[in-house]
Amino acid sequence: MSEKHSVVRKSKITTRVNGKDYECEVEPRLLLVDLLRDELELTGTHVGCDTSNCGACTVIMDGRTIKSCTCFAAAADGREIVTVESLAGDGRLHPLQQAFWENHGLQCGYCTPGVLMSALYLLSRNPDPTEEEIRRGIAGNLCRCTGYQLIVESIKDAAKKMRERAK
Amino acid sequence: MYPKMFEYFSPRSLEEAIGLLSSHGEEAKLLAGGQSLIPLMKLRMSSPRYLVDINRVTEISQIREENGSLLFGALVRHAEIEESQTVRSKLPILYEAASVIGDVQIRNRGTIGGALAHADPAGDWAPVLLALDARVKCRGPKGERALGVDELQQDAYANSLSADEILTEVSVPLPGSGSGGVYLKFERKAGDFAVASAAVQVSLDENGSCRSIGVGLGAVGLTAIRARNVEALLRGKKINEALIKKAAAEAPGESDPLADTRGSVEYKRHLVQVLCARALNIAVRRARGEEVKITHV
Repeated sequence: MSEKHSVVRKSKITTRVNGKDYECEVEPRLLLVDLLRDELELTGTHVGCDTSNCGACTVIMDGRTIKSCTCFAAAADGREIVTVESLAGDGRLHPLQQAFWENHGLQCGYCTPGVLMSALYLLSRNPDPTEEEIRRGIAGNLCRCTGYQLIVESIKDAAKKMRERAK
Repeated sequence: MYPKMFEYFSPRSLEEAIGLLSSHGEEAKLLAGGQSLIPLMKLRMSSPRYLVDINRVTEISQIREENGSLLFGALVRHAEIEESQTVRSKLPILYEAASVIGDVQIRNRGTIGGALAHADPAGDWAPVLLALDARVKCRGPKGERALGVDELQQDAYANSLSADEILTEVSVPLPGSGSGGVYLKFERKAGDFAVASAAVQVSLDENGSCRSIGVGLGAVGLTAIRARNVEALLRGKKINEALIKKAAAEAPGESDPLADTRGSVEYKRHLVQVLCARALNIAVRRARGEEVKITHV
């Protein structure tokens, strides 16, 4: 097999991110996380381990959380992405953000965007999770700072806020 | 790190995908969920020149029940199997297996077909599907063929498909009544691969004797292992604790683990015997109709 790889063409993709449509030109190797951060300047999503472990890069694609460092941007063509930037709106924090603030659910904040997206996903499917269900729901997000306890408290509190909001 | 440069294709049909594989042969790799392949490419342990993304080939994305079997299209995500009410009620060992693969995000993207074809020695599907006598269908330019999961798994990270074949479906026969199963995975931490794992599906007849049994061991060999010596001691017998102990003692000898960061050879051999005994115990109790909850091991 020839060691020399051919020069590859960029391809055009359209993707909807946080409700807005974007048309981008991407080379095959471009990772979704780098499309979001570098091309679309949505730097809320973070690159942590880059090896699919830590989940700092978690976003929601077509309704499911994925690790955006383990997805090529080209795969997002025609798909809908939701990132942490979608949470706050109208000058107000999302109940999840409010809860993480009030319950000290973050320290350095590096893992937090990924944790918030996993929490959003969890609560959208299970509005009243037990502590065990919360811990399972964030098992794909590693935090070096908090020891997870206050993350769990924050999510419990957010769930309560969101249930009350829904009444 | 970024992968080496490659050309990317996103076919919309199996036919188109097979055509691409035929053209590019050994230099092409299929991309399904990518939760194993993309990390390998980023580490440059795998550098295919052509990447054939089959995520838009929707014809292999369904879960169906047909003629006494559960059929999973190769692109079915682990999460979809975990969430399927049909699977959970008819063959809960599959729910148990799906629910311990990686983590939430990985399960949302990773696929049963991709995982089987990737043939990670510590993969969760292979030991379970071996215990269930599952078969896979694959398609190539010459047509379709079916093979057992044992025939599919050739070596660590190697399957027996040719370069122009695509795994399209996994078919799992549903056991009759009086059947129970369990998948026990011992992992060091959340989202980890198994240090060792044991899958058991056992069916009892009206007298309470073992009518059929399948035992699969994971992460203790270059491929998942069908523990036939364990099974032989139990088939046709009335299973009790003493017999389970005797049968599980065969597990270390049927295993061939490699020492790595997850454990030494001796540790893995010991662990798989313990897991095998526990799994046999739980599967038999479930076959007798007892509700047995398992907690994380």
